Amino acid sequence: MSLDQNMSVTGRSAESLNGGQKTAAVVGMAGLLILAISIFNVQLQPQVMWLTGSLILIAGGIIWYAKASYSGETAGIKNDGVFFKSISSRGLWAYLTGIGLTGFYILLYFYPEFLGLVKNGDNTGIIALFDPLSKALSGNPASQWFVYGTLYTLVILAFGIKFIWKYRHSRYQQIRTISVMFFQTSFAFLIPEFMARLNGDKLNLPYYDLKNIWPLNYYNFEQYRVDAMISSGDIGLAFLIFGVASIFIITPILTYFYGKRWYCSWVCGCGGLAETSGDCFRQLSDKSLFAWRVERWAIHSVLVFVVVMTTSVVYSYLKTDLYWLQGDTFLWSVAILLTLIFGWVMIFKRHQFKKDVKIGAIGYILLIFVVLGLHAYPNMGLFLLDTEDLRSTYGFLIGSIFSGVIGTGFYPIFGNRVWCRFGCPMAAILGFQQRLFSKFRITTNGGQCISCGNCSTYCEMGIDVRAYAQKGENIVRSSCVGCGICSAVCPRGVLNLENDSLKDRINPKDVLLGNDVDLMAYVNAKK
Amino acid sequence: MQHIAIIGNGIAGVTAARHIRKNSDDKITIISAETKHFFSRTALMYVYMGHMKWSHIKPYEDWFWDKNRINLKQGYVKTVDTDNKQLLFADKSTLDYDKLVIACGSKPNKFGWPGQDLDGVSGMYSKQDLETIEYYAPNPKQCKRGVIVGGGLIGIELAEMLRSRDIPVTMLVREKSFWNGVLPDAESQMINEHILEHHIDLRLGVNLKCINADENGKAKSVTVKETGEDIECDYVGLTAGVSPNIDFLKGSNIETGKGVKVNKYLETNIENVYAIGDCAEQQEPVGNRPPVEAVWYTGRMMGEVVAQTLCGRKTAYNPSHWFNSAKFLDIEYQTYGWVFPKRHCEAYEKHFHWRHPEKKICVTLSYHKDSRKFLGINTFGIRMRHEVFDKWLSEERDIDYVVTHLKQANFDPEFFKRYEKDVYHAYQKQFVEV
Repeated sequence: MSLDQNMSVTGRSAESLNGGQKTAAVVGMAGLLILAISIFNVQLQPQVMWLTGSLILIAGGIIWYAKASYSGETAGIKNDGVFFKSISSRGLWAYLTGIGLTGFYILLYFYPEFLGLVKNGDNTGIIALFDPLSKALSGNPASQWFVYGTLYTLVILAFGIKFIWKYRHSRYQQIRTISVMFFQTSFAFLIPEFMARLNGDKLNLPYYDLKNIWPLNYYNFEQYRVDAMISSGDIGLAFLIFGVASIFIITPILTYFYGKRWYCSWVCGCGGLAETSGDCFRQLSDKSLFAWRVERWAIHSVLVFVVVMTTSVVYSYLKTDLYWLQGDTFLWSVAILLTLIFGWVMIFKRHQFKKDVKIGAIGYILLIFVVLGLHAYPNMGLFLLDTEDLRSTYGFLIGSIFSGVIGTGFYPIFGNRVWCRFGCPMAAILGFQQRLFSKFRITTNGGQCISCGNCSTYCEMGIDVRAYAQKGENIVRSSCVGCGICSAVCPRGVLNLENDSLKDRINPKDVLLGNDVDLMAYVNAKK
Repeated sequence: MQHIAIIGNGIAGVTAARHIRKNSDDKITIISAETKHFFSRTALMYVYMGHMKWSHIKPYEDWFWDKNRINLKQGYVKTVDTDNKQLLFADKSTLDYDKLVIACGSKPNKFGWPGQDLDGVSGMYSKQDLETIEYYAPNPKQCKRGVIVGGGLIGIELAEMLRSRDIPVTMLVREKSFWNGVLPDAESQMINEHILEHHIDLRLGVNLKCINADENGKAKSVTVKETGEDIECDYVGLTAGVSPNIDFLKGSNIETGKGVKVNKYLETNIENVYAIGDCAEQQEPVGNRPPVEAVWYTGRMMGEVVAQTLCGRKTAYNPSHWFNSAKFLDIEYQTYGWVFPKRHCEAYEKHFHWRHPEKKICVTLSYHKDSRKFLGINTFGIRMRHEVFDKWLSEERDIDYVVTHLKQANFDPEFFKRYEKDVYHAYQKQFVEV
């Protein structure tokens, strides 16, 4: 082992692997190799055996690696050497992994034919390898999305087991991880496949991951899906109603009681991947004030974009007057709803906003109304925004590039929640509710903080948790997904995720608990 | 606009500076020879362990100081000339002040052991110490064994650090049991067991005789006083406590004892000179507190207080109930109020102790044997709410109340197994009257 004594305080060479870890890495890589070979259209027969073997090797490798890493250790925080390892500290392995993942996503989204997708014919390559599994589940041949979904689920399950092992002293972490593993396997993977199997003469359900709520699922209310649901009788109608209720009724209620974590770190598929396979990259999120400023504008811009795009798309088919809901009625409903939300927030919550937030909000609401106006009165000659352009631009820029290629491909460089933090419009809505109307907060424990920085470092959302904890202030932030890792890594028991009354939810203290009461009363009263 | 100079950029000095800035427009200069920017001393260990990088343990981004008009001066103060209100630095530069706050912290104790200044020997206190450890104990090949002298909070941190890189560790502890001068026997015993679980060679009831050098003047082994045994090693950590780092004040007019002597307003014998944090020695300690408190929290609290005084609102250091916390390898420890080990117990102090039959979790409550007044609690492996215990101690609740209401004080994460009932039943068994 070489020694870089002059580099810095952290000049230790890469952590060496133990025997178990090495063997596990070989096993997992062998599984990946089979998949890689299949891409080059090598005939692997029998397919069922090769596919099963490959998946077992990948999952087995990951789980074995976890066992080799954690089973001999006492239960507790396992962050030794995180910043010495190439993969978790933006070293060579991180870049190679990032490039590999990014390349995979580009193929997946834009060039599935290289993966072996054949329209109107038998698949080849890696997609053909997955045909037997797809046929067993849905009765149809595989698509690139089926390959992706299978691997996605496999990775969440295997890395989920690793995560549970790593945090075996924390029941919160274990239960939360079992939850994301369950929702991915059932709701995202199996149920839609079975639904496809049920489709026939009477039933024509679109592919629908029921936990995938608009606006994360930005295409949920596109015409072909709505038509399919309406044509599928009561079940289809129930799905359509559920889709609308998810965002307008279920989401606000659950977020009020539990914060946005009920979705982001317990149910969501993107969150599930980030929390399991992305766990070793959580420390890479940028905690600077600058990053936070970018984040606020970026995520809310995406939200405005998706609202405009969806309204426009839905209006474009409702205005044909072929549906129960009229186009103009729909536009007016959207305008009224947005006005109500805007008015309510500005009247009751404005004291919580700084000036830049108010300016941003007013600017964005005006922008939305202008766009809605343009749609209502297309004859004005200002038809800048074509619905189809909007839809395809959103799909390309946000749906594919941001959430897929950057969101996941760049895990090893920017951390595991880049998409959730800077881009996800669903997270923006839930965060808005969480910040203004929720019982959830992270409580700070009196004066016990030692400003060590573990909480901020391991916050995947890039929240500077310490900045609050050392002031004795509860953490009430729209971006917090409630993963609970800040609380887990705190060496002094300072942080706790809680649902409690709205009163005193935010409680800045100039002088922390521990000093004499008079001084505290003086300083706090002075405000 | 007065110029307030602060010697030391640790938690005490930086807290003082921040609160002065909040309350005034005075010119502020923070002086440090150790680092330019404030960092969390308690987090040094995590940099060596690879949990964090250096930048992570700085609680404020580097632009913070400019933005808040807090000047940072890197330099070593050699002399304090209180007559001319001037500081003289090792590089011969000077700095005039109107008011001076001494917040220079501690230095590791060395008790005159032969070989204590050899290469490969250090404390675990400063950034420079951390660099020394990194140099002599980078990995198990370069460092076949590390020996740690002293079994306290820093000793066990250092042991955890070296173990994180698979370096074999021997700990020489003077007491019969780990940190037994502070922890009651049963708790101390539980930590002994946990130290062994981490494959640390824990030697109890032994003292260091000397550190032996190789031909290059680097430590190669230590000799144990009681057994005469030589333990070969490549690095020796001296962690037998700390004491105020005040050698540079010798020869000044400022009165010192163990630390810089201060009254309850944190004023020294010289007008306009104050001392806070680890280096201050209270002439009238509050309650059971020792005159010198070398704890993060007390440093912070003194910083808050001295800032009030400097901004024209003379305020006494009057800390509320004692609290502290630490982490022993995997076991978190919190304490509220006072729980003394047998040797420091007053005759009236009695303890109720509960330990989980398998897990390394325990609770000790101390109380007055006649009035049954609750005096304090130590918890291991269970998080408790500071606010609740502060309130109960102020309200002078009795132990029966505390045990029956323990649930209110629990601060463990959701879904964690709760032990209040177990504690209650054990308590009931012991005291039939509840």
